[in-house]
Parts: sequence; structure tokens; C-alpha cells
Amino acid sequence: MINKQVTSLVESVSDIFDGATVMIGGFGEAGSPIELIHALIDNGAKNLTVISNNTGSGHVGLAALIENKQVKKMICSFPRTVNSMVFPKLYRDGKIELELVPQGTLAERIRAGGAGIPAFFTPTSVDTPLAIGKESRIINGIENVLEYAIKADYSLVKCHKADRYGNLIYHATARNFGPIMCSAANIAIVQSKQVVEIGQLNPEEIITPGIFVQRVIKITNPAHESELVENQMRYPC
Amino acid sequence: MLDEKEIGWRREEMAQKVALDIPEGSYVNLGIGIPELVADFVPEDREVIYQTENGLLGMGKAPAKEEEDRELVNAGKKCISAISGASYFHHADSFAMIRGGHIDICVLGAMQVSKNGDLANWSTGKKDAIPAVGGAMDLVAGVKRIFVITQHTTKKGLPKIINDCTFPLTGKNVVERIYTNLAIIDVKEDGLFIKELSPNIDFDFVQKHTEATLLQYEKNNPLL
Repeated sequence: MINKQVTSLVESVSDIFDGATVMIGGFGEAGSPIELIHALIDNGAKNLTVISNNTGSGHVGLAALIENKQVKKMICSFPRTVNSMVFPKLYRDGKIELELVPQGTLAERIRAGGAGIPAFFTPTSVDTPLAIGKESRIINGIENVLEYAIKADYSLVKCHKADRYGNLIYHATARNFGPIMCSAANIAIVQSKQVVEIGQLNPEEIITPGIFVQRVIKITNPAHESELVENQMRYPC
Repeated sequence: MLDEKEIGWRREEMAQKVALDIPEGSYVNLGIGIPELVADFVPEDREVIYQTENGLLGMGKAPAKEEEDRELVNAGKKCISAISGASYFHHADSFAMIRGGHIDICVLGAMQVSKNGDLANWSTGKKDAIPAVGGAMDLVAGVKRIFVITQHTTKKGLPKIINDCTFPLTGKNVVERIYTNLAIIDVKEDGLFIKELSPNIDFDFVQKHTEATLLQYEKNNPLL
């Protein structure tokens, strides 16, 4: 029997190793798998390369992972948001690396990683500082830069409903990077508010087919990052 | 010094000017800040669909506080609503809409715009600045028409419409029209043309606060 559901949050991330590349879903707090990130803090793996659109806020979730000195390098499009102070300080002190990637290029590099496309050309970033050092080519009269696919050892993703095959559906704009990060990782670990019986998800409405997902953990009442930040929570407490 | 809050159009009036130039049936992406105001001024008999690059086509107005959903947000991470007929999608699909040329108009803020339509709006290039680009470079590379909405000068009164951008570029030769508190300016191959002046503002005043040379359309120009 295929059963990707795991029951222990600790075990769901226990094999994430020092030096791993980890994709973390979310656009700000929408879709941020905060319980999985906190489990990764408990796991303690260091020298991680993290791919995520932002760098978290306050002292919880992704910001707490960074503050706990587990992240060597961030690959993201927008490393500062309201209430983000952990990453900016470490970056200014030269204690964390940053690879800044335009958001669409970031999404397409992740998509390509999951789709077996090693690289692609795009006009995005031509004539800007982010194109410096990149291979370029004129195609149909337009200049493009070469962008390489990104793959990961693990992805941490949040969804709304899942089944034991790993089929997923999401909620509203919390979908964002989830589907493409599942496909681009060797092991996609997904926290889901609900886990339903096989057959209860309508095949016409499944967003991420189970083949892209390796582990599902039920987190019935996920924390809201902004509430934790408003209450000045920290992790570890 | 030019006290921009006192002179020319207010932000809402600038947003209204942009809104009136958005045709019926357009798919539109609005940037963070003043561009967000544009949606409030599109005439009600005009159907326009707003895309937000974090995964929603059919963005509606901000909901009442008690109806806010932290997982239904816009690119500025503010709570929004979804209109009837809206659709959600993942980031790669969202940027396929943007990079694939499916979005008709994007309205962005600016730090600087050059005489040939180069845009700088993501970084001052200062050494201690945290660079953050988001989707701006993808938008200017892929959306059919780029409108800029901005105060005419910086907070210190320095011109933002200049010969060559000194800040790092977002894209080269991408801006079609600039809406400021003083004027609406078209970026053409042969220069920057004043399309409309704010009431009680004359050409010389706008030129005085603009580094790049401004041009006037010939009278009776059919484009006006």
C-alpha cells in the first residue's frame, strides 16, 4: 500500500542533512509551512541553501531558521518585507550569502528543475546588473540571458487538502510556489490542514499530482505567521 | 524646493488619469504603492481584470476586516478579495502570463525614468542597501504596455525624469507613458512629449523640474 502520510513532525524532516538545498514555499506568510520550518530548526541541520521568495518576518518561521544560523545562502527575489530584520542584519554583516533572482525567473528555474529542463533563455534582466556574468544570446532579434534550473534535496510546502498518495489542493494565493517546489525536490514534504481518504479529491481539481510528493503530514491548525510576529513570539521559544 | 504634496494632481487624481487610459477588457497588473490606487478609479461600466503575480487573476477590493484571509493577498502582501470569475494558479503559470505577453498593461512606480524609457525602480545601488527585485524585471520584459505612476520629483525635490538613470536599471526602453503630479508624458522614439499638463501648471514649470528635455505635441495633433 502506498501511504505517504507520516504522523511525526519530527520524523518528517529528520533526514535533512547539513549542506542540503531546501526549497521553502510561501509568498510572505501565505503558504509558508511554518510548522515544518520549526521542525527543521529542531532538527538543526546547518549550512543549508534555502530557496524561498522572501526571508521571513519577525523571529519565527523562515526568519527564525536564518537567525538560528542554519542558512549559508538564500536564493530569493525579495529578501526584505515588513517586519523582516533578521536577514538584513546578517546580510549587512556579511554573514549570509544572497543570490537575488527576478521572481519570474526564480519560478521558471524551479519549474525547469522539476521538468528536467537544465536551462532556458529569457529576456528578463537583460541590461540590468542581474545579467552581469550570464551567457547571452540574440533569439528572434531579442537579447536573452541563460538561466539554469534549480533542484533541491528537499521542499517544505503547505497545502489545504491531501490524500495518502500525495495528491494536493491548495487554498487561494497560498498555492504560489508550492506545486513547482514539490516537483523540483528529491523529497517534497507537505504539511496539510486536512488529509482525506483516497477518492475524496476530485481528479479534475487536484493541483499537485501525488507523484511529485513524498511525505504528507497533517497540521490541522497551522499558526499564522503574522499573528506570531504581532505577539512577538520567537522560535525556539 | 518643490513641495510635491501641494502642487498639481493628488495621488488619487493621478491614479484616475491612469485608470481612464485602461481599455475595456484589459488584463492589468498593478505594482505596489500608488499603482494599487488605480483599481479604485476604473469606470464601473468597464470590465478590467487585475492580475496579482502571486497567483490570482480577478483581484477585487480589500475585504472588511472580519473577512480577511491571510492566505488571500496581493503582491504587496495586503489582504484582498477575489472577484466572481477569478482563478488561482501557481507562480510559474503566473509568470507565464507575464513573460508570455498575455498581460496588456502593467502600472509601476519608479525611482527614475530616462528620456528613452529606461526604468529604475528596484535598488538605489547603495552598498548597504538590501537589493530586492520581486517581479519588476519580469513585468517590464513581458507585459505589452508599461505605464509609470510617480511623483514628478524625489522627496528632496530632485528630478526623477532624467537623461540617463543613475540607479541600477529594471529594464531598458520599456516605459510607454509617465503619469506624475505635474503632467502626463509620452515616451516616444524622438523624445518625451507632454500629453497633458496638470491644471495651473505650465510647460516651463514642468521642464524646470525635469532633467530630460520635454517636447510639446504640435497643435491639432490627432494623438491628443
